[in-house]
Amino acid sequence: MKSTPLTEKHLALGAKMAEFAGYNMPISYAGIKDEHHAVRNNVGVFDVSHMGEFIVKGKEAEALLQKVTSNDVSKLEIGDAQYSCLPNKEGGIVDDLLVYRLDEDQCSEGEKAFMLVVNASNIEKDWNWIQENNDFDNKMFNISDRTGLIAVQGPNATKVLQKLTEVNLAEMKYYTFTKGKVAGLDNILISATGYTGSGGFELYVQSDQLAALWDAVFDAGKEEGIAPVGLGARDTLRLEMGYCLYGNDINDTTSPIEAGLSWITKLKKGPFNSSEFFTEQKANGVNRKLVAFTMEDRRVPRHDYIIENASEEAIGVVTSGTQSPSLEIPIGMGYVPPSHSKIGSEFYVVAGKKKLKATVVKAPFYKVAKA
Amino acid sequence: MNLPEDLKYTEEHEWIKIDSENVAVLGITDFAQSELGELVYVEVETVGETLEKGAVFGTVEAVKTTSDLFMPVSGEVLEFNPELNENEGDNPTAINDDPYGKGWIVKIKVSDVAELDDLMSADAYKSIVS
Repeated sequence: MKSTPLTEKHLALGAKMAEFAGYNMPISYAGIKDEHHAVRNNVGVFDVSHMGEFIVKGKEAEALLQKVTSNDVSKLEIGDAQYSCLPNKEGGIVDDLLVYRLDEDQCSEGEKAFMLVVNASNIEKDWNWIQENNDFDNKMFNISDRTGLIAVQGPNATKVLQKLTEVNLAEMKYYTFTKGKVAGLDNILISATGYTGSGGFELYVQSDQLAALWDAVFDAGKEEGIAPVGLGARDTLRLEMGYCLYGNDINDTTSPIEAGLSWITKLKKGPFNSSEFFTEQKANGVNRKLVAFTMEDRRVPRHDYIIENASEEAIGVVTSGTQSPSLEIPIGMGYVPPSHSKIGSEFYVVAGKKKLKATVVKAPFYKVAKA
Repeated sequence: MNLPEDLKYTEEHEWIKIDSENVAVLGITDFAQSELGELVYVEVETVGETLEKGAVFGTVEAVKTTSDLFMPVSGEVLEFNPELNENEGDNPTAINDDPYGKGWIVKIKVSDVAELDDLMSADAYKSIVS
């Protein structure tokens, strides 16, 4: 099992640890609910160093990314980030990812540079997939092992981090980034992104500087009561927003059109992997759709529970479910036929011997108050 | 880890204790509640039913996971702890706070008290969770 540069810190904090994607990761510290509320109402810090980072650099870097990703990379200015996915050639998803268009200070004339941030469990698969598709003039670097990443999230994230940097954080727009000095450490990539819906930043740093950055962030946030947050609350936070988790809600066999990711599937940008398949799905409709639902019962829906219609026929499957700490009700996502996908549609989730009534709702489950 | 000596334990991380003659009280262990994390709901709909050893008599829901509850011995489910019952106390975290005390889950009428002899002592249980 791999560790992150912060594993010792997590152990010292008394975190409950477990293996995730081959890494020894913190699941929770004070308890999932407390950590969840810390992010929704204050500020919390996640170690997400297990995530993978690739650099793609070259004269045809954009052409490669236009071919392998579903979103339109040509729309990115330097300093922009974009949510996207890597379609396979059968209409499924190899991975979902963030694409950053980097500064060109390391580039020769005519070159562009991008950073791809991918799921830890898919680093090798994604690398091989993009390599296979790289019939262009580009260089690729896997910098995952030397890149650390923490996410500082919540309504007080800006206030806490501003104490550590001269970069004007409040001015940074969502899904943009900049490089700057944080806590005396040079060259930190400060990204106004996250997986919680509560705002904040993700900080990419050289692995050997991550522990110093972590300590500085906790010192700066002492006054605010900043809290460490584990992967348990990361899951409840993302699910309340209706964000997909690779391996649960999307995988090699689900299409972005089925998963409600049409907004990152830009069919007009020109051909890309599976674009014809997606165009056809758009035109003719899909056989299943990912929906968000709530339950009448107190029982919690879980990944792989079967979904039935009123005639007790299996029509779908739950992909994610949890007890929502913000709403204090069970919430879930799953695939159902279009006939059962409209807001207000009802179906039944099979939990052991019980069949629990569920109602389709509009995501996100939780609406974050705008500052 | 808190493992009272006067209880019997199961591989399903439950404890049971004879209360009086053939009536026993049972719940989940300190280890189990710590692994599950904060409980959000306890469901027992088997009061009045006589169940075989190993049968599911209820379910606990934590934020992250769901776990069934199994009969440690055969018997009739007599009472569901009102502190946990959603229609009464509705306080499932009593199990997190006090798994051997106010977080007990059900009382049962044990069919054959000798079945308790097959369960583990505190020492034996300790060896499987540490």
